[in-house]
Amino acid sequence: MTYLAKPKLLRPDTPRNALGYTKRDYEGSISTLCAGCGHDSISAAVVQACFDLDIEPHRVAKLSGIGCSSKTPDYFLGNSHGFNTTHGRMPSVLTGAALANRDLLYMGVSGDGDSASIGIGQFAHAMRRGVNMVYLVENNGVYGLTKGQFSATADKGSKSKRGVVNNDTPIDLVTLALQLGATYVARSFSGDKEQLVPLIKGAMRHRGSALIDVISPCVTFNNHAGSTKSYDYVREHNEAINRLDVILPKDKITATYAPGELRRIVQHDGSVLHLRKLHEEYDPSDRVGAMNYLQERAALGEIVTGLIYVDSSAEDLHRYLNTVEKPLNQLDDAELCPGSAALHALNESLRGH
Amino acid sequence: MSTVQSLRKCNDFVIKFANINGTGSASANEMFARAVMGMGVPVAPRNIFPSNIQGMPTWYEMRVSGEGWLGRQGGCDMMVAMNPQTWDRDVAELAPGGYLFYDSSKMLPRSRFREDVTVLGLPLTEMCNREYADPRQRQLLKNIMYVGALTALLDMEFAVVEGLIAQQFRGKDKLISANVNALKLGYERAKAELPCPIGLTVQRSNGVGDRIFVNGNDACGLGAVYGGATVAAWYPITPSTSVIEAFSAYCRKFRTDPDNGMARYAIVQAEDELASIGMVIGASWNGARAFTATSGPGISLMQEFFGLAYFAEVPAVIFDVQRGGPSTGMPTRTQQSDLISCAYASHGDTKHVLLFPEDPYECFTLGAQAFDLAERLQTPVFVMVDLDIGMNEVLCKPFDWDDSRRYDRGKVMTAAELEAGKNFGRYLDVDGDGIPYRTIPGTHPTKGAFFSRGTTRNAYAKYSETGTDYVYNMERLRRKLETAKKLVPAPIEQKASLPTRFGAIYYGSTSPAMAEAFALLKAQHIHVDLMRVRGFPFADEVVDFINDHDHVFIVEQNESGQLRMLLINECEIDPKRLIRVLHYDGTPITARFIANRIANVIKESNVTPLRKQVAS
Repeated sequence: MTYLAKPKLLRPDTPRNALGYTKRDYEGSISTLCAGCGHDSISAAVVQACFDLDIEPHRVAKLSGIGCSSKTPDYFLGNSHGFNTTHGRMPSVLTGAALANRDLLYMGVSGDGDSASIGIGQFAHAMRRGVNMVYLVENNGVYGLTKGQFSATADKGSKSKRGVVNNDTPIDLVTLALQLGATYVARSFSGDKEQLVPLIKGAMRHRGSALIDVISPCVTFNNHAGSTKSYDYVREHNEAINRLDVILPKDKITATYAPGELRRIVQHDGSVLHLRKLHEEYDPSDRVGAMNYLQERAALGEIVTGLIYVDSSAEDLHRYLNTVEKPLNQLDDAELCPGSAALHALNESLRGH
Repeated sequence: MSTVQSLRKCNDFVIKFANINGTGSASANEMFARAVMGMGVPVAPRNIFPSNIQGMPTWYEMRVSGEGWLGRQGGCDMMVAMNPQTWDRDVAELAPGGYLFYDSSKMLPRSRFREDVTVLGLPLTEMCNREYADPRQRQLLKNIMYVGALTALLDMEFAVVEGLIAQQFRGKDKLISANVNALKLGYERAKAELPCPIGLTVQRSNGVGDRIFVNGNDACGLGAVYGGATVAAWYPITPSTSVIEAFSAYCRKFRTDPDNGMARYAIVQAEDELASIGMVIGASWNGARAFTATSGPGISLMQEFFGLAYFAEVPAVIFDVQRGGPSTGMPTRTQQSDLISCAYASHGDTKHVLLFPEDPYECFTLGAQAFDLAERLQTPVFVMVDLDIGMNEVLCKPFDWDDSRRYDRGKVMTAAELEAGKNFGRYLDVDGDGIPYRTIPGTHPTKGAFFSRGTTRNAYAKYSETGTDYVYNMERLRRKLETAKKLVPAPIEQKASLPTRFGAIYYGSTSPAMAEAFALLKAQHIHVDLMRVRGFPFADEVVDFINDHDHVFIVEQNESGQLRMLLINECEIDPKRLIRVLHYDGTPITARFIANRIANVIKESNVTPLRKQVAS
């Protein structure tokens, strides 16, 4: 039950990050999702990523739509403000929030119904605008809260729990995001924390629209044979193109790589993305190549995961709008109100006589 | 020949321009209106335009009123018929004894004219073709040429119009001389060939005073700047689009950081109205002042979000520039028909705050005040403009601003208060006024965070479907809306000169017509007390006013009597006591319409007006 607080028992040797916070400080209420739900692993990955990055929890704003996935922001970062908005409309609310205060980190949490069906319009336009955010899609191919209807990301030919075959062509949010101009695009699997945590970290240190499509099996309605979003199916068809490590300026680099094995990408804030290549020919800075690659692999029935595309010099909506550095929500009366003298001059120019 | 006497009126007539849109006539017509005002005579011009960009009929109806009546009068004393497509209906619309000015370059059969009007023809096209080679110039300067002819016909001061041209094209000497030349050509040709002056004349007066001439949408945009709005999200829709254009222009002027040229504002053209209001809610939730501008169809699309903002208690300001509904309705015609869809917007039990500005002056003041109210009450506030005042230039009081005024940011708990251990319950009614405290994201590392949601929650913002929590919250919201009654702008009452059992309630753009109707009725010894409602939920004075009268006319510009419905519902008034005076054909309501309807009802009800008994 969400209204039951977690016990606050800490061992003295509990690890703390540079801010002195333990991982517990990044947790939220207890999840009400089904036991084994992929979404809870994603929440845990968010907690880990924020802990690792020494992010002050209150500097994050979590926004979501409606659905199982959209409930999860209650289950992580309990000291962050959250906003569980309306179905499919999280991107616009997040955009407005981001405009109001450019200094916070914005995490949008959504699902496949929320983003690919009712909210596909807002999804698309937020990507186009380059809103500075991490957009997490917890993608399970079904509507959980209404008991297992197909969503728009369900693959053609996949079977529902009741044996109904899906005839509709699936929407791939990763391909869409690439086409629409997102500047950090990744796909992962909730069952692969090793891959997911660094992808979230990289996204949080990215400036611009970052999308992570996380395949997150629904243990109750979409984890059966015939489903293409089950744990077994995703494990069998997962085609990871790279492995990411996010290195912050303060970090010492300890791992060593064979020549040609590593690609180093420096982001705007000095954080470094270390990408261990698993596919020799794959280039994550080539948007068109990435789209082609995704299509080719999808045709073979593979699910491409990893950091699919990144533009380390991306701009964001605030840059495009040339807004002042001081957050708009902190401008005072004097900075906002032109006052009576200006109004008097304006009246003069509007006189009828 | 006609035996009808030609009209003879000074500073009191209606002149109508029939044009084709996209030909540049609007700016010439506006210049003519400014010329009349330049002579100190009040005007009330109205654009009657199609939902189209080029080639369709458009009219500019201008009431010249030395008395200063600014409502639409109806009728037409002089027609400037520049559109062959609408010739027949334009000619038919003229009052007997009126004047028809037209372009006589092409011969028209006698049957296309009327016997009982004075026909004034000048070969404008021919004159332009002779004078100018460039087709665009021919078209634009033809408009200036008829302004010149009218200056002569109406006995106006040439120097005033000339001065306006110099003012409009300041710094572009070539344009000034071309325009002045066209003006002169029209003026001189009319002097030479037409019976100048005609029976309609403009005489210098001092009726304009220090008033300004501005449209309501402009004033809304300015009000949003003065009200401290930093985020505007919108989607283009007639007739509200120019609110954002004005906000944008005033922001560039007043909100550009002088040191680095950066913007102290953010304007986003959203993909639709849902996204617009979503952005407004997101920005307001995060502590910025934010607004959108829209019209009826946008209000319909935003319904779900209004419910979220109401229930999650997030401020938002919406400028609704109303047009004719339902559905796409009459996009370029005026109505006051969104009251119900705004007052009770969204599913479940909701109620919203509405403000009703009467003119651009109030578009500015109430527009700015809306931001204080939205943050004080933590709820959406709708500024109910309409096309009539939104898109037409209106003479109104000059804008004013008190420099000692500070924005009321409402109940926001600070980091210091949280640190000091002040109890924070996001939905807890600590002051008894129904308004809880909120925190802005990012305030404090460990205290004051909460999860906003559209679902039920307890006073501490924790998810709850417990009946008592739900009821506590709904009752608090009702208390909050009670508080709103005292915070919205108070109604304005105007007593008749004698005691009366009749009252009339009106709002918004109906004001000038109502003021004139009041005078017309008085002249017929019919006395009616007036109340102009400026806010919803209704202040107690509104109920008192109704209770002080046996019958109250509810004057509004929609088909179903939407304010009347709200009064019946909110104030528990016997419907029989509220008499509908409804005008909804898309044109602005007139004084004559209101006065006739009220006079007829009073006569039909077989009631001898009280003051007559007293007087006799």
